[in-house]
Amino acid sequence: MTVQTDPYPGFAAYAHPERLVSTEWLSANLGTPGLKVVESDEDVLLYDIGHIPSAQKIDWHLHLNDPVTRDYIDGEQFAELMRAKGIRRDDTIVVYGDKSNWWAAYALWVFTLFGHSDVRLLDGGRQAWFAEDRETSFEVPEYPRSDYPVVDRDDSTIRAFAPQVREIIGTEPLIDVRSPQEYSGERTHMPDYPQEGALRGGHIPTAVSIPWARAAAPDGRFRSRAELDEIYGDFAPDQPTVAYCRIGERSSHTWFVLTHLLGFSRVRNYDGSWTEWGNAVRAPIATGDDPGTL
Amino acid sequence: MTVPAALAEIVDDFEALGESDRVTLLLEFSRELPELPDTLATAAMEPVPECQSPVFLSVDAADPASVQLYFSAPPEAPTTRGFASILHQGLNGASADEILTVPADFYHDLGLDKAVSPLRLRGMAGMLARIKNQIAAQAGDPNPASTP
Repeated sequence: MTVQTDPYPGFAAYAHPERLVSTEWLSANLGTPGLKVVESDEDVLLYDIGHIPSAQKIDWHLHLNDPVTRDYIDGEQFAELMRAKGIRRDDTIVVYGDKSNWWAAYALWVFTLFGHSDVRLLDGGRQAWFAEDRETSFEVPEYPRSDYPVVDRDDSTIRAFAPQVREIIGTEPLIDVRSPQEYSGERTHMPDYPQEGALRGGHIPTAVSIPWARAAAPDGRFRSRAELDEIYGDFAPDQPTVAYCRIGERSSHTWFVLTHLLGFSRVRNYDGSWTEWGNAVRAPIATGDDPGTL
Repeated sequence: MTVPAALAEIVDDFEALGESDRVTLLLEFSRELPELPDTLATAAMEPVPECQSPVFLSVDAADPASVQLYFSAPPEAPTTRGFASILHQGLNGASADEILTVPADFYHDLGLDKAVSPLRLRGMAGMLARIKNQIAAQAGDPNPASTP
């Protein structure tokens, strides 16, 4: 049984307003049967210094990544994670986190690989909740185990792999959502982050630079539909499109914007991203501010 | 290469714990980072760009037998605060020579590699490198052996 959607008028212009909830709505709906709140952060200690009451922590690399293969957990492991958290297949999940919901969007995207149908983001994430001095809890809740079924992960529709990316160069749009300096090749990391992770700086040939942050307002919330239409106006909603960043979390943010806020129907996240491409033998790259050609 | 006794003890404490308890211990450290003295304004301190969150440090090596360290990191960056607090408790009051010989990668011994991303852990190496550089600079050594 899914929970009612947030009727907040500010969401109405988005293609799928049911994918967002406002802080007001979440505050008023905490404790609703069938509603589960999940926090997913970059800073692993944030949850422990106070979180939204009833929220449970899901850590991207401890819980969602397989410790051996560079891949996500499988259907069996995902079912076990959901059972342990007491989340049922038909529950409504609201995810929130730090950094304008980078990791929350990433978690939502991974949940989507397993076909969990009702996963929403808290618009503005952790920043918005705490900026409004809303209720904070230190209690780590425990829920009765659920009977979440084992569902195969479907990588075919929203996930792209390096060989597929190689094939679409020059024929389908690629969006590089990293910072301009990472795109040009001046850096192999975000500004203020340590140089690491890739042998070469630059971008995948033909990829257009649209930094993820353009879709976020300073308060961490998403830009309006009109603003987003402007930013992504060069792309067609029905065209296959691939987004990538450095490790796949910032591009999950863009994937969410394109898929759920603008209604693009065929967007894939290349989660191998620059850490894979920038190091791969024989993978072509382009440097400078121009997309370049193959 | 040796590690000052206080830091060695912290490493031992982490090593003795299981993975989830190590994160809890890091959280305790983040709560124990002392407030900056009034005489030090954050703006006047050196930023550490290797860290993923704003953190500032100040090193007073006027007495090489007892180096004084000051850190500032916001409460909303608890992991960074935790790392700063480990360095504070482990190295504050140690001699300049002792600090200069701490291995740049000692943080691997804390056993946090699985719980905390490599980028963040490297922030701790960044802080340590800057402490060493400041000690060397204040001692008038233009080419510190410990430069990363």
